[in-house]
Amino acid sequence: MMRHRRIAGRQQAAAWLLAVSLAAAGGAVAGDTAQAVEYVAVPAGLLTSVLSGGSAGNLPVKVNPFAMRSEPVTNREFQAFLAAHPEWQRSEAPPIFVSPNYLRQFSGPESAAALARQPVTNVSWFAAQAYCESENARLPTWYEWEYVAAADERRRDARKDPAWRARILAWYAHPSSSHASIGGKANAYGVRDMHGLIWEWVDDFNALLVSADSRDQGDPEKLQYCGAGAISLQDRENFAVLMRVALLSALKGNDSTNDLGFRCVRNANKEEQ
Amino acid sequence: MKPISRFILSAVLLCGALTAAVPAQAAAAEALPATSLYQLPVKLSNQDGKAFRLSELRGKPVLVSMFYNSCEFVCPMLIDTMRMTQQALDQPSRDQLAMLLVTFDPARDDVKALHTIAHQRELDKQWTLARSDAASVRKLAASLDIQYRKLQDGQFNHTTVLVLLDGEGRVVGSTRKMGAVDPEFLQLLRTTVGVTAK
Repeated sequence: MMRHRRIAGRQQAAAWLLAVSLAAAGGAVAGDTAQAVEYVAVPAGLLTSVLSGGSAGNLPVKVNPFAMRSEPVTNREFQAFLAAHPEWQRSEAPPIFVSPNYLRQFSGPESAAALARQPVTNVSWFAAQAYCESENARLPTWYEWEYVAAADERRRDARKDPAWRARILAWYAHPSSSHASIGGKANAYGVRDMHGLIWEWVDDFNALLVSADSRDQGDPEKLQYCGAGAISLQDRENFAVLMRVALLSALKGNDSTNDLGFRCVRNANKEEQ
Repeated sequence: MKPISRFILSAVLLCGALTAAVPAQAAAAEALPATSLYQLPVKLSNQDGKAFRLSELRGKPVLVSMFYNSCEFVCPMLIDTMRMTQQALDQPSRDQLAMLLVTFDPARDDVKALHTIAHQRELDKQWTLARSDAASVRKLAASLDIQYRKLQDGQFNHTTVLVLLDGEGRVVGSTRKMGAVDPEFLQLLRTTVGVTAK
């Protein structure tokens, strides 16, 4: 039924998404593209992360309530952002913030119309941050991302289900050079395309360092890490999510890849640090 | 699991590779070089509560790292290593080199805490201990290729590295050697300070 959402689900969702996107485009005038983008509320909860929080026994971490963009940011949305923030144009953004393949899809053979509903990729972390700030938002933390990504269409935490694991893992076996449009089935939170479409930046991508293998006692390498608890990978069965950790850990803030996009979140309450 | 572990390990090790040395050019008139970190629109405050922009550091080379105060083991050693490195230079060179430490933990390391550290550790006037907002800290760390993560107990797990910026805010090199002066890095430091002084 839902097994084939990557193909069938996307097609049928396309019609109403088109309507939504037209509405969204209308809202994107000179200023920031804050309106017309859907953020869905994600209630607080506990997350047993694939990453250890540094405590023995890997206690669940508390995730505060937040609101997450229901869909990844698209090429069209990113272009509206570029119009309002020309300093992030491909020709303008300096190399400390972006790499040479930044936004290369905009100079490729695919038409703007074909790209419009595809998630924007080839964006650096810095560019993604700037985009989210323009929506009065920020990138999700890893925990926030993982928390929402644990859900399937019905359950908030489907991670123990081998069938679900197999389904999300299947996507990684099919590398592709271009992307389908956004609009997969909504998960239990009402968020789409957490799996099966792109990799996604998180705010603390440079915080996922995994030291289970490099923190042996007596190893001089351990001096590179400060902090009492070892960070180690938990739940080694969750291969699909671990691959994301591995990818993000290997990136620098100005890197971009053809499969790496992003979505933004907002705090539910006003307390920013 | 093997391949993934190895991938992560190599990724972490890769980060440790010494950043390629870039020749420090004479200071250009106005516009910052494209690779200058000073393009980061980051505002900080120092141990005296004075606000400043990262770009105000332009002019002198800067030895920079990131730390947090409640760290018990590596961070004191980090400050010691920075100081040892600084003191391996002659006095004129020392005067040419700014020292900057930015905290990972702005929630706990307020101006007062920074002031206390500077005082207790008897850091000279070349040193700036600084804090910023959490989002800016993340951006600065990303620019310096420093990884950090807050643990549940409030400690931070982070890479410990000294980064040398030239007078224009470009990364010249870095070292992860702690507890002693890295001779190669010291050489780089002398060259960079020498170039800027001329």
